[in-house]
Amino acid sequence: MGDPLYSEGIGIAVVLITLVKVLITFAILLIATMFMVWFERKIISDMQYRIGPNRAGPWGLLQTLADGIKAFFKEDLLPTRADKIVFRLAPVISATTAFLSFAIIPLGGDFFGGGTGSVTVFGHETYLQLADPPIGVLFFLAMSALGVYGIMLAGWASGSKYPLLGSVRASAQIVSYEAALGLSLAAVLLVTRAVSTHGIVAAQTGDGFGTLRNWNVLTVGIVPFVIFLIAGTAELNRPPFDLVEAEQELVGGFHTEYSSIRFALFYLAEFMNTVTMSALIVTLFFGGPAGLFDIPGIPNWLEGVVWFLAKVFVFLYLFVWFRGTLPRLRYDQLMNLGWKRLIPAALLWLMVLGAIRVGQSSGLSSGGWALLIAIMVVSVVVAVGLLSLSLNAAERNHRADEAYH
Amino acid sequence: MGYLEGFGITGRKFARGFVGEDIVTSEYPEQKRPKPERFHGRHVLNRYEDGMEKCIGCELCAGVCPAKCIYVRGRDNPLDDPVSPGERYGFVYEINYLRCIHCDLCVEACPTEAITESKLFEFSFTSRADAIYTKDELVVGDDGKPQQLAWEHWAEGDDVNTSAWMRATAPSGQAAYEDRVAWSGELGYGVRAPERGQPGEREERAAREAAAAAAQASHGHGHDDGHGHDDGHGHGGGH
Repeated sequence: MGDPLYSEGIGIAVVLITLVKVLITFAILLIATMFMVWFERKIISDMQYRIGPNRAGPWGLLQTLADGIKAFFKEDLLPTRADKIVFRLAPVISATTAFLSFAIIPLGGDFFGGGTGSVTVFGHETYLQLADPPIGVLFFLAMSALGVYGIMLAGWASGSKYPLLGSVRASAQIVSYEAALGLSLAAVLLVTRAVSTHGIVAAQTGDGFGTLRNWNVLTVGIVPFVIFLIAGTAELNRPPFDLVEAEQELVGGFHTEYSSIRFALFYLAEFMNTVTMSALIVTLFFGGPAGLFDIPGIPNWLEGVVWFLAKVFVFLYLFVWFRGTLPRLRYDQLMNLGWKRLIPAALLWLMVLGAIRVGQSSGLSSGGWALLIAIMVVSVVVAVGLLSLSLNAAERNHRADEAYH
Repeated sequence: MGYLEGFGITGRKFARGFVGEDIVTSEYPEQKRPKPERFHGRHVLNRYEDGMEKCIGCELCAGVCPAKCIYVRGRDNPLDDPVSPGERYGFVYEINYLRCIHCDLCVEACPTEAITESKLFEFSFTSRADAIYTKDELVVGDDGKPQQLAWEHWAEGDDVNTSAWMRATAPSGQAAYEDRVAWSGELGYGVRAPERGQPGEREERAAREAAAAAAQASHGHGHDDGHGHDDGHGHGGGH
């Protein structure tokens, strides 16, 4: 399938349209990032009896711009013991991967009444997303995994102990949560039978649940969504999983030695990743740009964008809400949550979904379904029981250890 | 679900904060919070009502200064045009605000209340020369108010009642002290009107005390009277 833009051969117009799409996507991501930094500071302030930025521009909207300009003109320090090349490379890796992973997000499109989600620009039909590779969301996983290199190399190349500790934490944390993230993602892919982001959105445009359509949060179940949200927050190194830059323990974490524009790149990458993660959650579980109902007065090609932005906004708020509410986890709590709860839960849910899919495709009789459901219930109960037993045992051992010490 | 209760708290707080309630931040340069009564700001050199300077150049302030930020030189008053009412006057008076810790010891040491601390504190000088306030800058103007320097940020009314508002040289050393206050008149302010309950309002004070006594008497006077009596004795003994 892929983007219909490239189906009729590549001419000058196609190249130009692609370039314009690159520019627009880049601009949307940058503006959204700027907005997110301001938004986070404002919302957190409201939750903390404060006002927040209100000096630069109306309601302080230009605060991020002012901060960026300030960062640009600050002294760029290079530690003596740093690995010069890697030290300079690390923020670029972080920022580049953050930029790239946004390319696969469907930003808009007309999905109403069996619409394919494409719009026509100068006689060329195209999706409102920069790229729709066949590997789709796997590209996002690859980029977020590569983004860890930015953090890891930054800590290693700084030639300083706190950044190194921060980057070791980052790699351990992201490797741990990547598994839960991938498993909950696999559940989505299993149900939608699509890997490309456009295909996933298109699979959610039915009306299986009335107004709510075929949102994956309903068809796949709430469990993968919750796991994806938690693992995604951990993947972003956002509170309550921000052990990578725990100020009380690690000064600034991996970016302790960074200043000026290099620090700004890390900061930018972090918030770009937040925007991308919100957009991906919307794409995977909440129908992406496909709206709930037709908003009167807005042209169809724009309506998808409006719905998309509204949904992303909700999740941006949710991430800020997490930060305003939850205290940072201890490191063992982080690892326990990831390995002993999220991964088994995601795995179980995936198995259940897989069993249902096998049942569907092999055309089971009602008796067969009953047997399948019975087996599933028994295995889930046994698995949960074994898991909680082993967790309890681990807890007891831990207590005994602590009492011994 | 203990984990989720916190979201309710921050969510409610957000809703209140969003409409501008429960905000504790004050937007500083525009909104200034009232300063404490005994706030130690930058100094002023006071004058008498007739324009004479109070400073007699005794250098006690410079001697007591723990930060060694005051530099004073005294000189005999010129006979034909005296600067201060006494024999000598301070002809050099400099305070280095890069060193001053605003401890107020100079104010306590001063025998003539020539130097007092105002509540002005918003001065952001950018050079060493500006940081050292000279006598010309410290002495109050002809209206008895501190002079505003180019690098000082004053809001409307910041300079009112800012000099010598309350002294550590007042007998009790308490901001809420109610008796004859030890400050003297200043140029511009003149003799400050006594606070409530001070000698100038003796009649009102007497009336209020009589009313209070009457109220106490009607509330079972025996215990209260005895208590008050004991207190009086203790106080007297202390003196």
